[in-house]
Amino acid sequence: MNRIKNYSFFQTFWLVILRMLVGWHFLYEGVSKMLNHGWSAYPYLMDSGGFMAEFFRSIAANPVMLTVVNYINIYGLTLVGLGLILGCFASMASVGGILFLAMYYLSHPPFIGADYLMPTEGSYLWIDKNLIEAAVLFVLICFPTSRIIGFDRYIFRKKIKDK
Amino acid sequence: MANENAQNQDKSRPESPGRRNALKTLATVPVLGALAYGVYKKQQYSRQMRDVSDVFPLSKEKTSIPELNPDGKTIRIGIIGCGIRGKQLLRAAGFATPQSLQDLIDGEKADKKDTRYQMFREQESLNIAITGVCDIFDSFAEEGIAAGANIYREGLNGKYGAAPKRYRHYQEMLAADDVDAVIIAAPDHWHGTMAMDAARAGKHVYCEKPATWTVPETYMLRDTIKQTGVVFQLGHQGRQVDSYHKAKEIIDKGLLGPITLIEVCTNRNDPNGAWVYEIKPDSNPQTIDWKQFEGNPDRIAEYMDYMTKNNLLRYVGPDDRGKFSLERFFRWRCWWDYSTGLSGDLLTHEYDAINQLLDVGIPHSATSSGGVYFFKDGRTVPDVLQTTFEFPDKNMTMLYSATLASNRNRGKVIMGHDASMEVGDTLTVKIDSQSSRYWDKMVEGKIKPDVPFYTYVPGKSDVDAITSATELYFAQRGLLYSYIGGKRYDTTFLHIREWLECIRDRSRQPSCNINAAFEEAITAHMGTRAYLEGRTKYWDKDREEIV
Repeated sequence: MNRIKNYSFFQTFWLVILRMLVGWHFLYEGVSKMLNHGWSAYPYLMDSGGFMAEFFRSIAANPVMLTVVNYINIYGLTLVGLGLILGCFASMASVGGILFLAMYYLSHPPFIGADYLMPTEGSYLWIDKNLIEAAVLFVLICFPTSRIIGFDRYIFRKKIKDK
Repeated sequence: MANENAQNQDKSRPESPGRRNALKTLATVPVLGALAYGVYKKQQYSRQMRDVSDVFPLSKEKTSIPELNPDGKTIRIGIIGCGIRGKQLLRAAGFATPQSLQDLIDGEKADKKDTRYQMFREQESLNIAITGVCDIFDSFAEEGIAAGANIYREGLNGKYGAAPKRYRHYQEMLAADDVDAVIIAAPDHWHGTMAMDAARAGKHVYCEKPATWTVPETYMLRDTIKQTGVVFQLGHQGRQVDSYHKAKEIIDKGLLGPITLIEVCTNRNDPNGAWVYEIKPDSNPQTIDWKQFEGNPDRIAEYMDYMTKNNLLRYVGPDDRGKFSLERFFRWRCWWDYSTGLSGDLLTHEYDAINQLLDVGIPHSATSSGGVYFFKDGRTVPDVLQTTFEFPDKNMTMLYSATLASNRNRGKVIMGHDASMEVGDTLTVKIDSQSSRYWDKMVEGKIKPDVPFYTYVPGKSDVDAITSATELYFAQRGLLYSYIGGKRYDTTFLHIREWLECIRDRSRQPSCNINAAFEEAITAHMGTRAYLEGRTKYWDKDREEIV
């Protein structure tokens, strides 16, 4: 917790901003899927490539698994977004976010020769935005701010006092 | 709690640690407000921008498949012709050869993703029995028998049911008491004759397309089916394609505007697609009944009569009809002596789809051109064919364009003044930039012309929704919701199923009944005759004659 106390104003400010940006991204991904009634991960999973493609396609091919995955995506993304924005169990939310991003990265790895139907807005080689966002979440876990700005300040207040 | 604390302490000290705590705890909550506002505005915008229901109203109707009649009796089926298509039809009906299923089982073992065997096993049972198998080639007959006996849908060395009886002549099968209905998958030159004989014997008929080989038999077939009252279904399984129902709704509601041109195509680029089928190793004059293959004498007389009168003998043969030929037996589609060419084999599917959607009926005229340009293997039927059908009553032209030597994908496109629609397993509607109907919406920016505006994807839950860009991207590549209501259906299975249900409930009519079959056959014959004679052929509506 020492590190927290040592943040300068700008360090805290920008770390919180970073948390907000990632949180916003997750939350809106979740909410937009919630509002789009016919949404399903099916085409995305079927479009999977790379060494784990078979695994992702088998999820798409199994109606029960697909339904579960759809729910996990819709509500999981929303919860991760809320957690990051509100600073509520933010570390847990970050870990959840990293898991999501890892799945997205592994299902569509930007390897040489990989070819996807899903159009991308940029050019990627080995590193894509999923990987970068996952790294951002690792940074946020190592430099937590939710106990300074966020619900965790209240949730974990006793522990702080004890220390 | 934090809030209350903050407020309580606020009264005593304006800058208390409690207040600061509360502020820091809740500092980011407004971000949620901002996001909520953004989502609200975005929803409002999309509702407004996508509200095209006044000019593009569509029902939420989805195609459903009615339950199989629970009290229906078991229908006993005889199959005539167990070649490539015959075996496909048997399989669609639930009866596959052990060998073909073994291939699927092995496929599943090699690749877990290969679920074809599982899907076949799960396919609904149609409450039928295969009691008769007729083929003039021994191996095909044996395969048909093996398929018919494979009632438990097993691979090799499995448990099988009773073997259906083999008939060497279809007439013998038609005389059998234990056959209620027949599936005809013989070559084209036998379709009409067999269908008529079956109807006269009181058997219901599922007949592969095209309905007939000669023009005169087309009238006879229609009369015979109507007089005998048997249930007749022509094998255009396209009638069962889910998206066609939505396409019909779009057309019927006039959402495309006046339709003046329809373009339909066939593109294939492999020997199999060009009817160069495998010659089976065990085929010879002993295992093939060539005499029966030659055809019905009345039909041959009608064929020769037309060819002679119109000076078209160069299209007859070149081999003598009586001369045994393995090539002609297995690749009969390449010769007019047995075939109806591209018109009968492939144009008919396209025409029947359009007839289903627009109820166009028989065209006023047909003009054809083409030739044998790629498969110079001695065939007489062209491998490239263009036929233009005119429908002046409908103010419309239908253009059929085919090559067997290019795989370039060209869709079925229906062109209206207001919008065009590409029809396949999915539908894509594009608004025309000069449309009158959608002009105001285009000016308002609510509709963008010339880009996919509406896509129908079978099985998607919001059938009336304008599709999002990503979904569209996947849909156009056939990667979206290939399951209908969680189930994937084989259209041939559905087409046979419909025929059987009409036999069980005689108040119902099959979708590709004898009237549709008559229109299909006449239209195909017009295209063929226009090609052979090298001149436009007309349909005299009143006299019901091709002139």
